[in-house]
Amino acid sequence: MLEVSELFVSYGAISALRGISLKVDHGSIVTLIGGNGAGKTTTLRTISGLLRPRSGTVTFLGENITQLPAHKIVARGIGHVPEGRMVFSNLTVNENLAMGAYLCKDKASIARDRDYVFGIFPRLRERLKQSAGTLSGGEQQMLAIGRALMGEPKLLMLDEPSLGIAPRLISTIFEKIVEINRDRKISILLVEQNANLALEISSHAYVLETGSLSMDGASADLRMNPQLKAAYLGGYKQPK
Amino acid sequence: MSEFLQQLINGLSLGAIYALIALGYTMVYGVLRFINFAHSDVFMVGAFIGYYVGRHLPEGTVWGGLIAMAAAMAGCAVLGIGIERLVYRPLRSGPTLNVLITAIGMSLFLEYSGQLVFGATPRAFPSIFPAKLIEVHGLIVSMNQVIVIVVAAVLMVALEFAVFKTKIGTAMRAVALNPKAAQLVGINIDVVISFTFGLGSALAGAGGVLYALNYPSIDPLMGLVPGLKAFVAAVLGGVGNIPGAALGALILGMVETFVDGSRWSTYKDAIAFATLIGILLFRPAGLLGRFTAEKV
Repeated sequence: MLEVSELFVSYGAISALRGISLKVDHGSIVTLIGGNGAGKTTTLRTISGLLRPRSGTVTFLGENITQLPAHKIVARGIGHVPEGRMVFSNLTVNENLAMGAYLCKDKASIARDRDYVFGIFPRLRERLKQSAGTLSGGEQQMLAIGRALMGEPKLLMLDEPSLGIAPRLISTIFEKIVEINRDRKISILLVEQNANLALEISSHAYVLETGSLSMDGASADLRMNPQLKAAYLGGYKQPK
Repeated sequence: MSEFLQQLINGLSLGAIYALIALGYTMVYGVLRFINFAHSDVFMVGAFIGYYVGRHLPEGTVWGGLIAMAAAMAGCAVLGIGIERLVYRPLRSGPTLNVLITAIGMSLFLEYSGQLVFGATPRAFPSIFPAKLIEVHGLIVSMNQVIVIVVAAVLMVALEFAVFKTKIGTAMRAVALNPKAAQLVGINIDVVISFTFGLGSALAGAGGVLYALNYPSIDPLMGLVPGLKAFVAAVLGGVGNIPGAALGALILGMVETFVDGSRWSTYKDAIAFATLIGILLFRPAGLLGRFTAEKV
């Protein structure tokens, strides 16, 4: 459903992406792993229209969306949970969710989506009137995901959902990601530094190294790959 | 005591006018992080629209006055949106300093175009509202002052509603907090920015008419001083903060009026600015402003 081909992106004179191509099939979970500064966030931001590529194309559901502004890309069905969560800190949880449904005109379907979000993250219902800035990191991540779900995405892109979150909440959030994918048939493109976790829930993985892809394949295979183990999985004990 | 109350009302009506202008400065700063220096000239244009429309309406009627004010608000909203669309938007992706300097240029452009179109000689503003003095327990209040305070209060309540209870208002606050995240939920930033300029400029237009009611001599440079004061009020309240701008304006209006009525009246502007410096020394982000750490 999403196809990125030969994407080149640069910040001024510094090139951040050097010819990235990747694919997300309908209903799948695909992950993009790699170290700091490899270009993972840049890739997502280019797909969602926050950055413009120097060359290359992004095709979503058969339509070339490379030059569309960000708010139109959201309307096509790509939800983006940005790095650092970016909840609207002075707005209440309720208002954050309402903003997530900004493009949705149908009150009944907004109410349904809210119920669904509260179903997976009951904590948000308890915090409804609280301003988002006062939530814990984990709760803000839930809110950021909930806000993106309110936009009824067909593809959900998550940027480092485990970053800065209490370890016991990380597994909850990853379970919910799997649940969203399974129950709502929303395809997922997951960017994650915690490669073990990401490979565990995904079917396909791409490995990004300083702006270009160094490897890709089925997640199960990559977990056994000695090179990858040494670079990203080494020294990290699998959680039991 | 009655003199104190008298000055309180005078201060309130002056502060209310500053507030209407200050809100535009602070809202634009909130979403775009730059000071729209041409805002005080939009205020001036508002007064002139009120002047031309008011001349064709019967004097001294409430409905005539309201029509003149509505025309000024609508005209200024169009002007503000137009300035943003044609002048500021093409520069938005560049450094903020460029837009800031352009805003100063825009301000000069409006002032001197005003001299060309309206002429430099001051004109007498028609008394579009009924002019009457009301006496309550020895307190003399002019009808104009009542109108200024009532209209300003109504507009500020309406603004409060627009910003905090409507979808576009919430979107405006979302853009002010985080423009990237706002785009990612599907908010068209251009629409929100136009809305912000329209709203702020309409308030300035109303402010222009109200100011001209109390100081009925208008000229193309009339925006300079009240604009500067309103800008100070916005900073005093915490620039970017809407209730802060209203509070700052009321304080400034009060300080100015009370000093004006004392034997230090010559120094009223100096004392008004000294108040600003004093408050900023203790609260560098303004009365209601907060410094937020910028996350990278």
